[in-house]
Amino acid sequence: MKGALLLAEGLAKAYPLRGGLFARRSQILAVNGVSVSLNKGETLGLVGESGCGKSTLGRLLLGLEKPDAGCVTFDNEVMPSSKAAAWRRLRARMQLVYQDPLGALDARLSVAEQVGEPLVIHGIGGPAKRKARVLALLALVGLSEQHGARLPHELSGGQRQRVVLARALATSPDLLVCDEPISALDVSIQAQVINLFMDIQQKFGVAMIFISHDLRAIRQISQRIAVMYLGRIVEEGITDDILHAPLHPYTRALVSAVPEVRKPRARRTILAGDPPNPADRPDGCEFHPRCPVAMSTCSNLKPLLLGSGSRGRKVACHLAAANASQPLGAH
Amino acid sequence: MRELLTIEQLSVAFGETRAVRSIDLQVRKGEAVGIIGESGSGKSVTWLGALGLLPPSVAISGRVLLDDQELLGAPAERLWQIRGKRVAMIVQDAQSAPNPVLTVGRQIIEVLQLHRGMGERAARAEAKRLFDLVRIPDAEQRLKFYPHELSGGQNQRVMIAMALAGRPDLLIADEPTTALDVTVQAQILDLLRDVQRETAMALVLISHDLGVIAEVCSRAYVMYAGRIVESGPVGDLFATPCHPYTRSLLEALPSLDGPLQRMNAVSEGTPGAGLSRHGCAFAPRCADRADLCGRVEPELTADLLGRRVACVRADHARPLEVVA
Repeated sequence: MKGALLLAEGLAKAYPLRGGLFARRSQILAVNGVSVSLNKGETLGLVGESGCGKSTLGRLLLGLEKPDAGCVTFDNEVMPSSKAAAWRRLRARMQLVYQDPLGALDARLSVAEQVGEPLVIHGIGGPAKRKARVLALLALVGLSEQHGARLPHELSGGQRQRVVLARALATSPDLLVCDEPISALDVSIQAQVINLFMDIQQKFGVAMIFISHDLRAIRQISQRIAVMYLGRIVEEGITDDILHAPLHPYTRALVSAVPEVRKPRARRTILAGDPPNPADRPDGCEFHPRCPVAMSTCSNLKPLLLGSGSRGRKVACHLAAANASQPLGAH
Repeated sequence: MRELLTIEQLSVAFGETRAVRSIDLQVRKGEAVGIIGESGSGKSVTWLGALGLLPPSVAISGRVLLDDQELLGAPAERLWQIRGKRVAMIVQDAQSAPNPVLTVGRQIIEVLQLHRGMGERAARAEAKRLFDLVRIPDAEQRLKFYPHELSGGQNQRVMIAMALAGRPDLLIADEPTTALDVTVQAQILDLLRDVQRETAMALVLISHDLGVIAEVCSRAYVMYAGRIVESGPVGDLFATPCHPYTRSLLEALPSLDGPLQRMNAVSEGTPGAGLSRHGCAFAPRCADRADLCGRVEPELTADLLGRRVACVRADHARPLEVVA
């Protein structure tokens, strides 16, 4: 695809499962045949329950983990292995924002030093230029020079997340992978950080993979959404297409599970059972044991992620494919 | 409806820090009440203090009446009897709350033997009934599991079953779904709502998620910096919030519907409990602030419809437009 910044095809990653001495050796398929494309300046929201492989996918896309199968292309070049010098150079153009800002920051370095660190690592500018750049970055995320002199523990949770974001933006990256960047924050602070992400999108046109389990936050930031279940993408499309008329029964359950204040309680689809264990993968469609509308086909034939309609919508569900253009929510 | 629990002028102070300041709060029999607030607002400390679960060095004053019985300063023996039997509490982190070296069945059987004086066999049968009640599949087998063998959602169900074991009149659930996936959160909320209705038990749900409160509770209190700043029936409270803080919490909540817009965020600043000695604690972050707000701490005033609000500008406050 022309204009694609990031292109991943058929990514798979398995981790060995450590059992006892005599236990059968097995493995967990964290990501199982995922293809993703992301245009310049576009944001893709990645949703799913814990253990669905969304964080692993984020790490694969950045080249932090080596995929067992498939490949990632960044700006039309194949992603070099994470040990190569070429990859380290590329890292200036793609950055990761973690969930836990206190864990991601060094407790003994001042905020300004940490924001400037990527500039030092990638040899960008001289000392004077770097200092100015750090101040500009702090101002960009709404922090003052005084904040820069402090240590991470002297800041609030929301301010720390701003610092992490400022540091990630230091090298003017083309791609940000944000792994649950707002989950640990209070509601009122979440709103500020979401606003900040929206501003940064508009100002710099940076492309983002926004990983979250919070559909409300994802809607604010993402143009497209990919829903993951047990290591596979089960539905993909334009954000409001998916949220307002989900085709996959799992997406429907996710959407209806979101607690809403503003509208009267509609009938909810409550999923039976827990998020699945990736070590114990069911046959057929991975979702069928929890699916309220599963058919006999679903337990033995894995549905493919197929296009549905003209707006780039894709869904992996036998029933949705059978109903074709008619949304499942209709009955 | 009769008051089951009445809290009057409750204050909790950790040394100089006043975490809870003169709180009045009532829970009626069989009612579901929400407590809303951000971290550091004193929403959890209120209940730990009321139930005598804070260390003796913490200064607590006021009155906490369960029916007509004073809990503050009651002998430890007496509180032991009440906690776990008449009043039960479940916490956020269900994965670490149960004892990891005992099977979940053993733990719930112990509660039944202790609080309801049951024999081993009767307790085992009752444990199975409770597991069925909280919809743990294959209850008989699951009783033999250790906490680490269960998922987060299952462990939260076990904790709810254990809390229900003493047949409490009041269940206090402190952020019971925060650590869980949305799909599991929906299951647990449904469960709490059903159990509360079926057993006519009163429920206090502590949460920072207004959506969660809206789904389960009929009445709610909003806390800020150790004080109640607004309270009322949930429908009214969320449709026409009077306090600027409640309004900002609602505006800070993105929706799945409606036009996409920049969110109206409250300015930064964690509510430091007891930070401001004068004036309204929310004033530094408040968009509607008047001169008076920096000097006078507003009283919590009541109107005829069961709404209470502590804001000098409450009359000027415009109600949030309801999104249909």
